[in-house]
Order: sequence, then C-alpha cells, then structure tokens
Amino acid sequence: MTSAPATGPRASEGGRARSALLTGALLLPASIWYFALLVVPMAFVVVFSFGQKAKNGGYTPAFSLDNYGQVLKGADPFIESLKLASAGTLLTLLVALPLAYFLATRAGRHKGLFILLLVIPFWTSFLIRTYSWLIVLGKGNLGGFIGGLLGNPDFRLLGTPGAILLGLVYGYLPLMIFPLYVTLERMDRSLIEASKDLGAGRWATFRQITLPVALPGLVTGSILVFIPMMGEYVIPQILGYGRTFLIGNALVLDFLEARNWPLGSAKAVILIAIMLVTISVYVWFVNRGRQAREVSVL
Amino acid sequence: MSAPAVSATGASVAAGRTRRGRALVAAERMNGLIDGLFRTQAALVYTFLYLPIVIVVVFAFNANRLATIWTGFTTDWFGIALHDGVVIKSLGNSAVIAFSNAILATAFGTMAALGLQRVSKRTRQGYDVLTYISIIVPEIVIALATLVFFASTFDVVNPVLASLQGGGKNVFKLGFGQFTIVAAHVLFNTSLVLLLVRARLSGMDRTLVEASQDLFATPWRTFRQITFPQLLPAIVAGFLLSFTFSFDDYVITNFVTGPGSTTLPIYIFGQVKRGVSPETNAVATMVLAFTVGMLLVGQAVLAWQGRRTGRSGGSMASIVTDR
Repeated sequence: MTSAPATGPRASEGGRARSALLTGALLLPASIWYFALLVVPMAFVVVFSFGQKAKNGGYTPAFSLDNYGQVLKGADPFIESLKLASAGTLLTLLVALPLAYFLATRAGRHKGLFILLLVIPFWTSFLIRTYSWLIVLGKGNLGGFIGGLLGNPDFRLLGTPGAILLGLVYGYLPLMIFPLYVTLERMDRSLIEASKDLGAGRWATFRQITLPVALPGLVTGSILVFIPMMGEYVIPQILGYGRTFLIGNALVLDFLEARNWPLGSAKAVILIAIMLVTISVYVWFVNRGRQAREVSVL
Repeated sequence: MSAPAVSATGASVAAGRTRRGRALVAAERMNGLIDGLFRTQAALVYTFLYLPIVIVVVFAFNANRLATIWTGFTTDWFGIALHDGVVIKSLGNSAVIAFSNAILATAFGTMAALGLQRVSKRTRQGYDVLTYISIIVPEIVIALATLVFFASTFDVVNPVLASLQGGGKNVFKLGFGQFTIVAAHVLFNTSLVLLLVRARLSGMDRTLVEASQDLFATPWRTFRQITFPQLLPAIVAGFLLSFTFSFDDYVITNFVTGPGSTTLPIYIFGQVKRGVSPETNAVATMVLAFTVGMLLVGQAVLAWQGRRTGRSGGSMASIVTDR
C-alpha cells in the first residue's frame, strides 16, 4: 500500500493552507457562538455569584460567600424541585417502559405509525400541550368528574403539586420512550428464547435479560427527563398556579423581579452542582450493579 | 434433518391431552392475556398524549366565553383572533425570530459538523463537551446567563456608542429584543443541528465520496453531488426542529426579550395565566395546524428526496429512532 492520503498527490503547501483555512471557516460561526453565548455567560454567572447586589439591582464586584450562605439557609425550592423531578422521572419511567417494550417487540406491522404518533406530540408546542390540561382538569370536565368520584365537590387537582407532576410526565414522556425503544429494539430476541428454554419464568427473564439490555436507554432517558424537570418553570406556573415554589420560580424572581443577580447566580451554580452530583451518583449506582459486564452505560 | 424434529413435535402433540399439553394451553392463554395488557397500556398512553390536544382544538370551536364549559359550535373565535392586533404582532415576531434562528442554526451546525471531520480528535472532543453542555444545561440557566451577559455588555458598549455619536436624542444603542432572542436560540439549536448532521455523517457511505474523488470531481462537486444529498434528511430535520423550538420557546425568550418583541408563547402564557379563553384556543389550534403541516412538508421533502436518489431518505421519526 503506497497510496497517499486522500489529498496526497495534490497536497502542496498552498493546498494545505487553504484546507486549514476552510476548516477554520467552517468552525468559525459555531465557535463564536459557543464562546460568546455559552463559555463567557457561564463565567459571568460564576463570577457574579460571589458579588453583591447593586443598589438599583444588578451586580457590584465583591468577593463574598454571602449569596451561597443565603441559598443554603433557604434551600426549600431546591428540595421541592428535587422531590418533584425525582418523582416525575420515576413515574415517566413506569409509564414509558411497558410502552417501549410493546413498541419494540409486539407492535407488529403498525410499528411505524405508532412511532410517528409519538413523534407528533414531541414536535408540537410544549406550552399549548401544557395549558391544555387546564381545560381537561377544569371544573366542568375531568376535575369535576374526579371530585364527584371522590365524593368531594371541592376537590381540585389544578394548583397542586399533583397537577405539576402530571404535567411533567405528560411533557417529557416521549423523551423517555425514545431511548428505551432504541435499546430494546436492538435487543437480541434469541436471548429471551434461550432464557425461556432454560426454564426461566417471565419475571426472571425480564429481570435478568430485558432490564440489563434496556439499562443504557433507561439511564439516557432518565437523565434527559430529569434535567429539564429540575429547572422546569412553565409547568409549575401554569398547572401549579405558581403556588409550589420551585427553583425555576426562584430564578425568575431573582433575575427578572428582584433583580438580585448575585443571589440568583449562586442559585444557578448550586442547581448545576446538584444536577452533576445526582447524575454522577445515579450513573455510578447503575454501573455498580453491572460491574460483571464489560460495558459501562455511558 | 427436519423429519425427526417433526415427528418429535408430533409425539408431543399426541401426548397433548396430558399434563404437558394443558400447560402449553395455559401458557398460550397467559401470553394472550399479557399481550392484551400491553395493548391496553399502549392505548391508554396514546389517549393520555392526544386527549388534551384534541380538547384544545375542540374548545376552539366552543360558543361559550368560558373556555372550559362546552355549550355550542362556532368558528367566531378564529376571526376574532385573526383581527386581534396583539396576536398578529406577536405571531409576526415569532415567525421572524424562528425563521432567522432556524436559518442561522442550520447553517452553523451543518458547517461545524463538516468542519469537525477535518480536525484532530482532541479538538473534536473539546467541541463535544461544549455541544453537550449547551444541550444538557437546563434552559433556564442558559436563559439567565445570556441575560446577565447581554446586560453587562450593553452597560459597557452603550456609553461608548453614545459618546461616539456625540450625544443627542436619537442615539443608536444596543438593547434587548429580537436580536438577543435569536442569538440565544441559535446557541441551543446549533448544537442540535450539529448532533443530527454528525450522526448522519458517521453513518454515511464513504466509498461514494472516494469514488467521486477517484473520478476527479472537485471537492465542491463531491460535496454538492454526494455528501449534501446524503446529509439532507438531517439538515431538513434540524431546520424544522430549530424552527419549532424557537417558535415555541417561552423560558429563554422571557429572559432576553425587550419592549415590542413579544412572541406568541409569551402572549399565550400571559393569557393562560388569567384563565383560558376560546380565543387562546383558536390561536393554539392554528399553531398546532401549522406545526403538523410543517412536519408533513418535511416528511414529504424527505420522501421526495428518497425517491429521487433511489435511497430511503429517512423520515421525521428516524431522527429519534436511528442513531
């Protein structure tokens, strides 16, 4: 094999320089955006979190840990968000897993249609899909009906954490189903046959074959769903009437109303830290369970 | 080879009226039951996903002012919505923002995906980190970081601009508005397009590119006739996803919007906070129709492209199902 690399025969000094120039030009716009609108703003937030609030809002340079101290004293929104996001992730998983399994193994020839039907809500307006529950759960409709069933005419779901949870599951369900479906679809069906031939029951087969195979999809799905749920603002505002005070509310309040940027920045930094820790622990926990296997889930 | 096997099965069927046979029948019945359970669950999930959307559309035709109680059929609300200046203004803003964002993000993301093929592994990994961060960090954090960044920049730049223009009343200065919204949306969507196009690039048939080079096609021609058609499904999907994201975004827009650049989601959010009105439902119905229409157009483009090149062009669904 004496053949030169693809550009070999024609690669002169000028050609190489032109090639490098082209590479730079292709990467330039995205690089500018990543630098100016991601790296620099994030650095601003970290720096601001150590500063002080200016008299008429905004930021004055300083170095203090006061903001962090204040956040730790009023940690309720973080705890509330963690609780709701965890419950939401778990519920979404419980709803998504059977459906993904059904789509991957039992849906038959209408599988394409079933998947398209999942993609359509995923593409349509999140805001509209969220507020639609105001009508569905309204007093004249399902809300009154459930109240009647419970024998409690004053029953309200809207404005409670329950309504937020419902909205979270509803909004993020497709994001959980897709990765689960992709991993289950690639599952080697002969593994299940083998398990059955060896006399394993359904539950044993599920626990020892299906679940480990689906694990990477499960982890991806959980992370994809958990992160936006932690920072969710629209669903708690609309379906929870803004009564449950979550991180999203706290951040909007600090930045847009109180204009206390340093305090808000500290909250944002802590939010990211919480998410990094939660995800790391989760991935570590899942990987520990499959140490015998050669592959990690991420 | 198969004869003994058949006779073995025959033997087991012959012994079928025994305990084993009954066990098989029971297993069959159990299987049917479980299948039924899965189907029921699937039906429930699809109802769960579609019921609210259907309800919004139905209640857009409701004669009652109270959007949550059905009294009769009317199409008046669509007329009222279309004559509402605020609706039209915010619809226009949303369209301009979503379209500019989609164009920029598709161009930047596709360019970067192509560029990343030509750099060292280390550079690529560094880029990957930024791409994933921009997608994974919660929207609200990106939103507030962008706000802080723009506000601080304007605080520095505007006095300079003012002094350059020598004061006066009509000084040009930078401020929040369509520009800042587009800039913030483009960040997230560039990453999205980049990932979609790269996934397609990595699954691409390299031999065609090599064949084209061997036949002395110029790099540009190879790109135009070989690479680009293969990337088109990802590019179309990226464009449409970017458009819908931007058209639908509330959180980022709410942080970096300025006077006069109210978008449709901001308008809808404000309305809904005061209680759902049939007019809002009419606006929502039009938005839904538009989105689904766009999805179908995208699907049709891909199908047409697939027929033209004799290859299955992929579908809108394939962006989530193939990796």
